[in-house]
Amino acid sequence: MSSSSEYLRGVRDGLPFLLVIAPFGAVFGVVATEAGLDLAQVMGFSVLVIAGAAQFVAIQMMVEAAPVLIVLAASLAVNLRMAMYSASLAPHLGPLPLWKRAFAAYLMVDQTYAAAILRYEARPALSPRAKLAYFLGIATPIVPVWYAATWAGAALGSAIPPSLPIDFAVPITFLALIVPMLRSLAHVVAALVSIVGVLVFAVVPFNLGLLVAALLAMMAGAETERRMAKRRGT
Amino acid sequence: MIYPAWQIWAIILGLGLGSYLLRLSFLGLIGSRPMPEWVLRHLRYTAVAVMPGLITPLILFPQATEGQLDPVRLGAALGTIAISLWTRNPTLTILGGAAVLFGLHFAIG
Repeated sequence: MSSSSEYLRGVRDGLPFLLVIAPFGAVFGVVATEAGLDLAQVMGFSVLVIAGAAQFVAIQMMVEAAPVLIVLAASLAVNLRMAMYSASLAPHLGPLPLWKRAFAAYLMVDQTYAAAILRYEARPALSPRAKLAYFLGIATPIVPVWYAATWAGAALGSAIPPSLPIDFAVPITFLALIVPMLRSLAHVVAALVSIVGVLVFAVVPFNLGLLVAALLAMMAGAETERRMAKRRGT
Repeated sequence: MIYPAWQIWAIILGLGLGSYLLRLSFLGLIGSRPMPEWVLRHLRYTAVAVMPGLITPLILFPQATEGQLDPVRLGAALGTIAISLWTRNPTLTILGGAAVLFGLHFAIG
């Protein structure tokens, strides 16, 4: 499998995410502008932070006039999952030169990560170069449209009818990515622990409950895998 | 917005740099050094451990309805799961899920 065909496959697999990225970026542009940011600041968020959920948390807390350090702590907590994604991609992209890994790190968002890991697990024998090509392919439609949609939202303002349920584009994409990952009992156990955990730890401040739930879910998945392997006598 | 411009830029740059370092962390530091099997076994479950928890509150307590369970969003989530199990294809699932969401929105929303 050549790198260029993996790149093109990535682009093709990345295209449907535009249904999510475009409205999400536009809504961020509208919300941030209405909160009082100028165009350069709104674009600064989408280009430098490039993480919708954390950006919304930051804007929300700025509207509530939270101290700068609290805004930073709360929105960075939302992005702590990126360190988990980074660790999860390291076995696949680790052999590449540092500058390529540094570039891929900038493009790491929920959609690029989830689509890539789905592909890497289906085709583990792909070379690191081909895996990177696929990753860059997914990012190719997503990232420029994220910038452009943010700009359009900031510039055009609230032309989007506020009653439309576009906030829900995000859960739909994630469901489309998660369900195919539930291939084994261990994956199902991890997902269930994640769901129950996030509800139980909902009271933990700064979105740290999600991280506690995720760590427990990873342990539950790994432990289930270990026991299943033992039972099979391997 | 009550902040002077430099504070807004401090938030943007701080969040941007912090997010980037989180993304680079393991990918940059560990590189191709082999990780122990027990670490890899945990990492295999990263995606299914983070993403369901991330969206569960969005499905059950949407901000748009002030945290009230919403039949349109709940129905769209269940419809999306069903389409995914049926088609096993993320692209068709996203399109189908969006169709269910807007269908329910205009039918009962």
